[in-house]
Parts: sequence; C-alpha cells; structure tokens
Amino acid sequence: MSETRWIGKSVKRVEDARLLTGRGTYIDDHPPVANACHAAIVRSPLPHAVIRGYDLSAALALDGVVGAITGEDVARHTKPFSVGVTAPIHYYCAATDRVRFVGEPVVVVVAKNRYVAEDAAELVQVDYDPLPVVLDPERALDSTAPVLHQAVGSNLAGHRRLVYGEPERAFREADVVLSERFSFPKYGSTPIETYGVIARWDPLDGVCTVWSNFMGPFIMHPLTARVLGLAENKLRFIVPTDIGGSFGIKSSIYPYIALMALAAMRLGVPVKWIEDRREHLLASSSGTDRVAYREVAACRDGTILGMRFKWLDNVGGYIRSPEPGCSFRPTGNFVGPYRFQHLEVDASVVMTNKSLTGPNRGYACGHLYFETEGMMDRLADRLGLDPVEVRRKNLVQPDQFPYRTPTGGLYDSGDYPAVFDKALELARYDELRREQAKARAGGRYFGIGLALAVDPSVSNMGYVATALDPQFRAKPEYLPKSGAVDAATIKIDPLGRVIAILGTTPQGQGHQTVVSQIVADELGLAPQDVTVVDEMDTFTRVWSISSGTYSSRFGSVGTSAVALAARKLKAKLVDYGAHLMELPVASLEFRDGAVRPRSGKGPSYSIKDLAGRAHWNTESLPEGMEPALQATAVFGFTVAKAVDAEDRVNSSNTYGFIAEVMAVEVDPETAAIKILRYVTVHDAGTIINPMIAEGQIYGGALHGLGGALYEELAYDEHGQFLTGTFMDYLVPTASEAPPIDIAHIVSPSPLTPLGSKGLGESSSMTVPAVIANAVSDALAPLGIWINELPMTPSKLWTAMDRARRAGAPTVRTGVSEPLASFSGHPRPKPASRTPLP
Amino acid sequence: MKPPKFEYHAPTTLDEAIAALGRYGGDAKVLAGGQSLMPLLNFRLARPAALVDLNRIASLAYIREQDGQVRFGAMTRQRTIEFSPVVAQRLPLLKEATRWVGHLPIRTRGTIGGSIAHADPSAEYPAVLAALEGEVVARGATGDRVIRAADLFQTYLTTNLAPDEILTEVRLPAMPAGAGYALEEFARRHGDFAIVGIAAVVVREGQRCTMARLATAGAGPVPVRLRAAEEILEREGLGDAAIAAAARRATELVDPDADIHASADYRRHLAGVLTKRALTRAIGVARG
Amino acid sequence: MVTVRLNVNGVAHEGRCEPRKLLVDFIREDLGLTGTHVGCEHGICGACTIMFNGEAARSCIMLAVQADGAELATVEGLMRDGKLHPLQEAFREHHGLQCGFCTPGMLMTALDFLRTNPAPSDREIREGISAVLCRCTGYQGIVNAVRAAAPILASGR
Ligand SMILES: Cc1cc2nc3c(=O)[nH]c(=O)nc-3n(C[C@H](O)[C@H](O)[C@H](O)COP(=O)(O)OP(=O)(O)OC[C@H]3O[C@@H](n4cnc5c(N)ncnc54)[C@H](O)[C@@H]3O)c2cc1C
Ligand code: FES
Ligand code: FES
Repeated sequence: MSETRWIGKSVKRVEDARLLTGRGTYIDDHPPVANACHAAIVRSPLPHAVIRGYDLSAALALDGVVGAITGEDVARHTKPFSVGVTAPIHYYCAATDRVRFVGEPVVVVVAKNRYVAEDAAELVQVDYDPLPVVLDPERALDSTAPVLHQAVGSNLAGHRRLVYGEPERAFREADVVLSERFSFPKYGSTPIETYGVIARWDPLDGVCTVWSNFMGPFIMHPLTARVLGLAENKLRFIVPTDIGGSFGIKSSIYPYIALMALAAMRLGVPVKWIEDRREHLLASSSGTDRVAYREVAACRDGTILGMRFKWLDNVGGYIRSPEPGCSFRPTGNFVGPYRFQHLEVDASVVMTNKSLTGPNRGYACGHLYFETEGMMDRLADRLGLDPVEVRRKNLVQPDQFPYRTPTGGLYDSGDYPAVFDKALELARYDELRREQAKARAGGRYFGIGLALAVDPSVSNMGYVATALDPQFRAKPEYLPKSGAVDAATIKIDPLGRVIAILGTTPQGQGHQTVVSQIVADELGLAPQDVTVVDEMDTFTRVWSISSGTYSSRFGSVGTSAVALAARKLKAKLVDYGAHLMELPVASLEFRDGAVRPRSGKGPSYSIKDLAGRAHWNTESLPEGMEPALQATAVFGFTVAKAVDAEDRVNSSNTYGFIAEVMAVEVDPETAAIKILRYVTVHDAGTIINPMIAEGQIYGGALHGLGGALYEELAYDEHGQFLTGTFMDYLVPTASEAPPIDIAHIVSPSPLTPLGSKGLGESSSMTVPAVIANAVSDALAPLGIWINELPMTPSKLWTAMDRARRAGAPTVRTGVSEPLASFSGHPRPKPASRTPLP
Repeated sequence: MKPPKFEYHAPTTLDEAIAALGRYGGDAKVLAGGQSLMPLLNFRLARPAALVDLNRIASLAYIREQDGQVRFGAMTRQRTIEFSPVVAQRLPLLKEATRWVGHLPIRTRGTIGGSIAHADPSAEYPAVLAALEGEVVARGATGDRVIRAADLFQTYLTTNLAPDEILTEVRLPAMPAGAGYALEEFARRHGDFAIVGIAAVVVREGQRCTMARLATAGAGPVPVRLRAAEEILEREGLGDAAIAAAARRATELVDPDADIHASADYRRHLAGVLTKRALTRAIGVARG
Repeated sequence: MVTVRLNVNGVAHEGRCEPRKLLVDFIREDLGLTGTHVGCEHGICGACTIMFNGEAARSCIMLAVQADGAELATVEGLMRDGKLHPLQEAFREHHGLQCGFCTPGMLMTALDFLRTNPAPSDREIREGISAVLCRCTGYQGIVNAVRAAAPILASGR
C-alpha cells in the first residue's frame, strides 16, 4: 500500500481558477467551428395530436434562414431509437406522425443567428388534428383511455411482476399488515446550464462530429450512430471540459444530438443549438411521477417479513432509454438496508401525454425510500414502537457483509448500525424527543423524521434487462448485458512530470483535482505535479459503452482506473530501475517518488531521473520493455453480472449507506415547514477529498428538498404545461437551504483499489423520505400522514384544516386521496395511533 | 428566448417620449426597469411595435417632499428607494416593502413607476400605494391627470393608464410620525412575488386606534383595501380581540384566485393570518 | 442596427447590433467575454449578473443598446495583477463552486451585496445570494465564502 499523503485531504480544486475567472469552456463558450448556424426548435403546442402537414414557406422566405427539417425528414432519414422494452414504440428524435406531449420537437429551423431562427420558428405552420389526452398513469391504464401508440394497443410500455422469496407466505404469517398509497412528483434536474449541441458534417470523409454537454453513458453513441445510419467510427462525440451541472438530465440529451446532426447533414452547414430554459422545463427530461401502493408484513415485535410494491411509473409520451430504469435501476437494493427476504414488485411503466423521463439525481431511489421509510414509520406507529427500534431490528448486520440481497444485490461493505447510531447521537435524538413532548404539550407541531438508505453507486449495465421477461432473455438470440468499466491513461514526460488523461464527463465533481490527488499519492508527487486532462472524445479516448459520469460512478470506478494505471506505471518504473541497478525486482520498491532498495540502503532512482533516461536513451530499457512511460488501465467490476433467470441482479457495484435525522416544526397557521435540525451520516468507503464529498452531499440534499417541498413539473387537466418558467418551477435558493450536520463513517469497499465508493447522488435520495416522515410526525396530533409530494404549504394547510375541522383523530389519513386499496389483496386496517390488541 | 423585432426609441425628455408613444397609436410600450417587460419580450408574450425607453430621461428620477407627500419620479429605482433616508424617515412602510421586491440586482433596475404601472396583483408597491392612499400622475398628449390608488388598478396587470400615457410620478402621503407599520408576506421562496402579503399601518393613542390601514397583495386581481377590517380597529382599539376580529373580517373581504402555488381557500386564510401578524407587529412599533 | 459604445472592465469597446439584442448576448458574442453565463433569460437564475455602472444587474433582461455609454464589470475583470480577487480566493478556499456555471453571477451579486452590507449575518448572506440559483453546492460553501470574504473586503475599502 502506498502512503496516502493526499488522499483524504481537502485539497483545493484545480478547476476553480479557470471557473472563478470566467475562463471555463462550456459548450456555449468557444465555438469549435467557424460560421455555425443556429437552430430553433418548433415544438408542439398540443399534448396529443396527429400531424396533418407543415407549411414552411414563410419561415424559409425570411432573410437569414438557411433551411429547416421536419418530422418527415426525420422519418425518412433516421431510424427510431432502441427502447428498453419489447413493446413496439417508435421513438424518433422528433415527432414524425403524431405529437404526444406539449413541447415535443416538430420542426428545426436553422438561421444565421438564434434571433432570426426564433423569428422563423414562429412562422412555421403545422396543421394538427387534436386527440384526447391522458395524464394520470392510473387513468392511462383504463380501457377507455386514449391510446398514445396504436401499435402497442394500450399505454402500458412494460410490466413486470418480480417475486423474490415467498411473499405470499410472509403476508399470510404476519401479525400485522399495513398498506399505503404514495404519490411522487415529476421533478427535474434543472442544471443552471441547459443542453447544448453543435454538429458538423463533413461529406468528404463522411464524419459527423458532435460537440455537446452529454454526460454519458456512451452506449448512446453507437445507438445514435445507428439512428443516423452512420458507422460508429464515423460519428464523433466530443464533450467539452466544463459542463454546467447535470444531475442526471444530460444523459437524455442524445435525441437532440441526433436531431442536430441530421440538420447539419441535411442542410450542409454546421448547426449549433443551445436549449433555452423554457425548452428545458418543457421538454428535456425529469424523474417519473409515480403512484405506489405499498404493503408491509411484520411480526408484532417489528421484524419485517416481507413487502409488496406496486408501482405505476409515468414515463410520458414515449419510453426513452435508459427508462424503464425508473422501476428497475434500484433492483439490487430494493430491500434497502433491511434483512427481510420476501418481496413482490409489480411494476407498470405507463405512457401518458407528459414530457419524457430519465435519470434525475438518485435515479428512482428518492421514490423507493420515500415509500419504504414511510412504511417503516407507519409500522412503528402501528406497533407502538419507536421508529428507531423498528429500523434497528431489521438492519443488515456488520458481520453479514458482503451481503447478498434477495433481489441479487451484493452490498460490499458497511456497518449500518454504527452509521445509524452516529446520526442519532449527532442529532441528540433523545433530547429531540423530549423537546417534542414539550412542544406538543404547548400545541406546537414539532416532528422528528428518520430515513435510512443504501446508496448504490456505479450502475451495472445489466440491470436494464430486468425490464424484459425471463423467457425473452432466455432466447438464444438474446445477448446478455453486464458491466461497469472506466479507463484512465497516465504518461510521464521527459522531465518527470505527469499527465493523466480521462474520458469522463464531470459536471462539477472536481475530477481533475481528485485524480491529481490519487496520482500524487501513487507516484510520490504533489498534486500540482500532475496535470489532468479531461475532455471526452470518442475518437481519442479509451472508452466503453458504460463510460460517462453518471450513477455516482467516478468516485468508485473512475478512481479505480486511475489508481490501476498509476500502479501499472509504477511497476514498470520498478522493472526499469531494477534493470538499471542490476538488482532483482523483488528487492526494490517504489516509495517517495523513487525506485529504491527495500533495505533502504544503496542508491535510488527518482521518477525524474528514470523519465529522462527512458525518453532520451531507449537503449537503456530492458529488453522487451515497451519504450514509453505511459500506461492505460481499464477497470471493470467483476461483480457486475447479467440478470439471472429469477430476476436477481446486482444492479450496482458499490453500495454506501446513509442515515438521516431531521427535526421540523410546522406553523399551525401557515403550514410553513421550518427545518430545525438536519443530520446526515454517510458511509461511502474511503473519502478521497472530504471537501468535495461534502459539497456533493449539500447539493444532493438540497435537490431532494426541492422535490419534497418546491419543485413540480405540473400540467393542467388538458395537458398544458404550467411550469415553464423559474417563477413557477421553484428551485430552492440559499434562503431555503438548511444548514446540515454531516459526518462520515468509513467502511472501505473491498472491490475497489482505494476502498472508495460513490456518493454523488447521496442525500437527494433520502431527503424526500426524511422530511416527509418529520412532517408526518409533527402532524401526528392531527392524524396526518404525508403520502404525497411536494408538500406545498397550500396542500398541507388544506389537510390540516380538514383534520382540525373533523376533530381529534383516531385514524391517520393521507394528505392526498383517501387510502386506496392495494389491488388484488384484501384491504388491511389503516395505520392507527391505537396500540395493537 | 430572444425578443421579437421592435423599433427602439430612447428619448431624453418626457415630451419626446409622449410624442413617440403617440406615433404608434397604442402599439408601443414604455420600457422602464425592464424587470417585468423584458422577460415578457424574451418569452415573446409581448410584441410591441416599438419600445420607448425612459431610462435616458433624467428628469424622471427623483425623490422629493412636497405638500406632506413624498413624490417619486417614475424612474426612481427600487434600490434608490431602499437606501433613501427620506423614505426611511417618512415612509418606513415603503422601505420595508422594498426589501420584499425580488432581489438586490432586480431592484438595481426595477422602478417604482414600472412596478405600479405593471400592476402585478402580487406585487408589494401597489399594496403600499393602496394602503397609504397614494396617487399617481399620468401624462398624455393632453396633459397631466392625477389618479388615486383606488381608481388606478382595474384587474390583473391592468391599470386605467391609456396606452399613450406615461406614469410620471408616484405620490405617497408621508406617514404620521410614530405610526406603526408592517408588511407581512408569505412566499414559497425568498424573493418571490407574494402568495399573499398584507401592508398595515396603525396610528395609536394609547389603546385607541385613530387610523388603521390594511391592504393586500396576492389576494385578488388588484390590491384590496380592507376598509371594514380597519374600521373594527378604529372602533374597538388595538386589543387582541379587535385584532382577531379584524383578521377574521379580512378573510371575508378578499376574493382570491387559485393557481399552482396556492388554492383560493389557502390564500383567503393567509389573508387573515397575515393581517393578524402585520397588525401585531405594526402595533408593536407604533408610538403614541 | 445601433451602435453601442461602452466600457467593460476598464476597456473601451464598440459594437453594432440590432436594438433587440440582449446585453448578455452582446457581451458574450460581440465582445467575446464568455465568462458571463446564460441560465434562464428571464431574470430569475442570476447567472448573467454583471455590474452595470457599479451595481449588480441582470444582463439577460437588458438590451445591449441600453448599455451605450455605460461602465460594465464582468467576472473577467475581477483579477488584479494576476491575482485572484479576495472574493474569488474565498470561493476557492471554501468550495463555493462546483460546476462553476452560476459562479460569475454569484460573484458579482455577492460583491454588490457586501458593498451594501459589509458585515452581514448568515441569514442576510443567504438572503443576499438568494438572488442567484445554484444547483450544485446547496449554497453552504458559498455562504461560508461570502462570510469569510466580508471582513477582508471591508478592511480593503
Ligand atoms: C427575479 C425577479 C423577481 C421579482 N420579484 C418581485 C417581487 O417580489 N415583487 C414585485 O413587486 N416585483 C418583483 N419583480 C418585478 C420587479 O419589481 C419589476 O421591477 C416591476 O414589476 C416592474 O418595474 P420595471 O421598472 O422593471 O418596469 P418594466 O418591466 O420596464 O415595465 C413593466 C410594465 O409597466 C409599463 N411601464 C413601466 N413604466 C411605466 C411608466 N412610467 N408609465 C407607463 N407604463 C410604464 C411597461 O410598459 C410594462 O408594461 C421581480 C422581477 C424579477 C426579474
Ligand atoms: S440568465 Fe439572466 S437571470 Fe438567468
Ligand atoms: S456551482 Fe454549479 S450551479 Fe452553482
């Protein structure tokens, strides 16, 4: 093991100097091609309609307009994108025959500048025949609902019933069964930088080059090549060094890559398109809105025997890859940190006339834990136990790692009780309960919420196949999928300085800094001796279909590739040193930046020395040694396996853990929620840069808070979009951001060379749960359970007002609709404040 | 999100501005701070034939005291008002209200005239104008007219200013020395327009209330003076029971609408809660 | 077309554009100063905030022609003698940025805020910077940076 002088330190970021002085290179900053023309997109004003025809004459006649492409061109010259389900859904990069949501691209107009392009876009006439609209995923499955895709025959894009263990028996044998209906809102990532694409087509060499702020996964590169009818080695994706945030959404930019590439190819000019904020809110991507029915079966002492999930995930007008990840991305951690073995998941992926969905920070885990942790509190309440006790009773224990979950997940390391205890201690939980008793006696609504979550990082590409039937996967022509790899190259120049080359696509995570720390430690240098180049280019970087910066993967897989590349290089230096010193390799080591005898006695060769010799005098290299001080390593997880016949899959590769405690007070008059204390404790394995790690936690937590309290992409009942501005779609500001107490516990991952895991999504997945639970607890005197987000003051007050008018409760009800029954099962007694008989 | 084409005029005198407006027969728009108009242009929700930019008319930016009033040139920036000693002394309610208007960089450009002419039902300045029974001066081709707050606001984003008129001055009576005041507001995020806001002024003599003023933001299509609630205080004094009765009355006097941020019932309820809070705070700072 | 003559970061510039050209587009495209960013084009996100005659303002809801004769400062002008401005330094020290996209607007806003409120409380800092949206940091690093920079800027005045 090398010394870790830099790993674990809050090294200041090398990215900052350029970003603080206005010298970043974002997609809109430095035109990589001269004379790019600018695109504006004509979008559907209707949620559902047949396209009868286009009239472009006025638009094309406008001075400065270069040309336009329509859905007809798209249908003629491109193929639909592959989708993750078997239903015959044709998803093109723009509407071809029908529009299925407000904001769907219909025509692209290209002009000398964006102002003129927008003028021309206004002049485009599209003739529509409106169709009936459906927005609610439950209603969409009704036999009378309008059907979006005739070829599918219904609005069900996919459905899986996954059974693990014997849920029927668990529910039969349970002392108590509880059920609840939850609904989770549609909210987005809203990075401050929107999408941007620049496409250039060179007809002579047949290469289409596309610059964009695409974050990966680069599986979309070959798929886009197919859509455009290009060979993969004729389509070049370049991602600039700086991306202005993403949080998942920039994985869904690829249809626009195809659309702008098509425009460039058809019109013969380089085309630049920068999405505006209205377009972004209207049509880029979001998490799914979900209706969930949950059931839990437990013993009287709080031991959970099993659970049932029934989900309706609303993916909007089409299903766009990587959906239906909304349902299956967390497969391996469906059970969260709990030990129960019996689970039934009934997942319906539903299409409606809303915008399309995709990854949003914490991909589907915010939904998962909002429901599960909500059920934990309802169970505690029903059994008259403290919510802490119910959770403790069910936690996976430290001696169970590596822990195989019933759904196929392999939790690599952890000490969940220790993290939980630390959170309770930091929050002074007992004291909070005493404060609460006092506050309640005074008629105040003071509540304490808990949330625990397994924080999965580095998705295994194999999870996507969970959406497919096992019979389908068993066919001989079906190719299994698995994997999570990343690559890094390190070179030493003739003076001994180091350059590390990455193909990742960071969006603010400080990869250059983190890599400089790792390489500095491995090679005994200082971080400033390491220059890190990070600019993805599919023509020059080493990459694979899982490449990209998503799913909290860099801290785990990317750093591993860097460490391995450095170690490869180090081994080479030792070999070279041994040759020069005429000593056996085994007697040497690489320490403090030099190859030295292990005995400590005798001469040593510094990196600088070795580099100079190796570059200037290749004759000095041992026979057979490649004459280059450069190493590329590709790290891949061997635990990333394809989904098995029983639908078990290790959907991620490293698994951290989060425990949170939040105390809130709800204003009895305005229903405003005030966060009084918020503690979050993380175990993400080895932390390479604590400053950067904490930054991720702060950002993730506020994103989760946005979804819980402020943000919703809302539609009226006719399918018109209501939140197309930042006045209506409310991203939290500094005044809404709570101070956070953060702590770490470190259980190094046995699977990565540095012991690190990811934590980029972190508290975005726990905050909706913890604050909903805290508010439910605060409003327990009124009998209110939070089962719907966002908790706007208006909605919350309405529930409080209703409860107060109804008098003191015995049975707690949800904020939204009354509890609906879990389909197919007898409706159990609702959770109540009365103890079990 | 780029504005559509328009002709642009930046006159340096008011007369030129009026003349320019007249030439477009209602198709031109006045550009003041642009903090409301420019977003509308960028969204292409407004498409005037021309903009008449008032920013180069130096004579439209002033704060002066006259006849017991504080008079503001229409182009006086919200930021200037925020830091004005005259405003702090004579119109502390306006100063407090200003802090609720967006954010500092918005107030750098936003003007008092623009805020009132724009007549956003959730905006603070119209509520203050209503509470203080202020008036505005409008100039058109035929000269000046003075419009009382009560007559100015017609409905959402609509005043009785004619398209070729320019709001030139805002006049607010100086608040009586020692008057208590407060602006209570509930918004979902800091710096947002109010879901509901209540401006309150009370003048007290001991427990007696010699004058009460209450006006709303966000509780209807125009700012609402809550006269019947004010009368309760003027009749019954400033005790808790009177405050509670006034707050209850406030909920009956407003007729709010629902939108994505809040239901009508919630807004009505907030009108009561904020009336109580504003009065309590106003009474707390009132001297006399 | 109109002619716009203005001074940006102490340097005189001249350009010609349509009257409808937004100031932020003029700064970025015509003057090549791409440090000022565009995030919403309707005045909310604050990414485009610059100093206009010494006061922070949104350049996406101003016209370039309105800046004729004005003095502007943008993020590119903050460094002095090859050294980071103390506020920039504080942002670096306290991890006040991640992707950096909001940062130019955040810096200009914070500078103006600290000028009007040289010794702010944490609550006031939060209110002050709530003029700018940041999606990355959860704002804590920014609050820490502004708090740390306040006395340095105040003493330098
Ligand atoms: C992020 C943000 C947050 C905001 N938050 C708030 C808030 O919380 N509360 C609030 O009250 N406001 C808020 N505003 C709006 C701001 O206060 C505006 O300044 C104000 O509404 C309009 O003033 P203006 O000078 O900018 O007018 P402009 O935008 O220039 O004009 C607005 C309208 O009034 C007309 N007009 C302007 N001046 C005159 C005149 N002298 N005579 C005749 N017509 C005229 C214009 O033609 C136009 O129709 C916010 C704005 C932004 C961008
Ligand atoms: S781009 Fe100007 S405020 Fe958002
Ligand atoms: S640092 Fe990314 S938006 Fe603020």
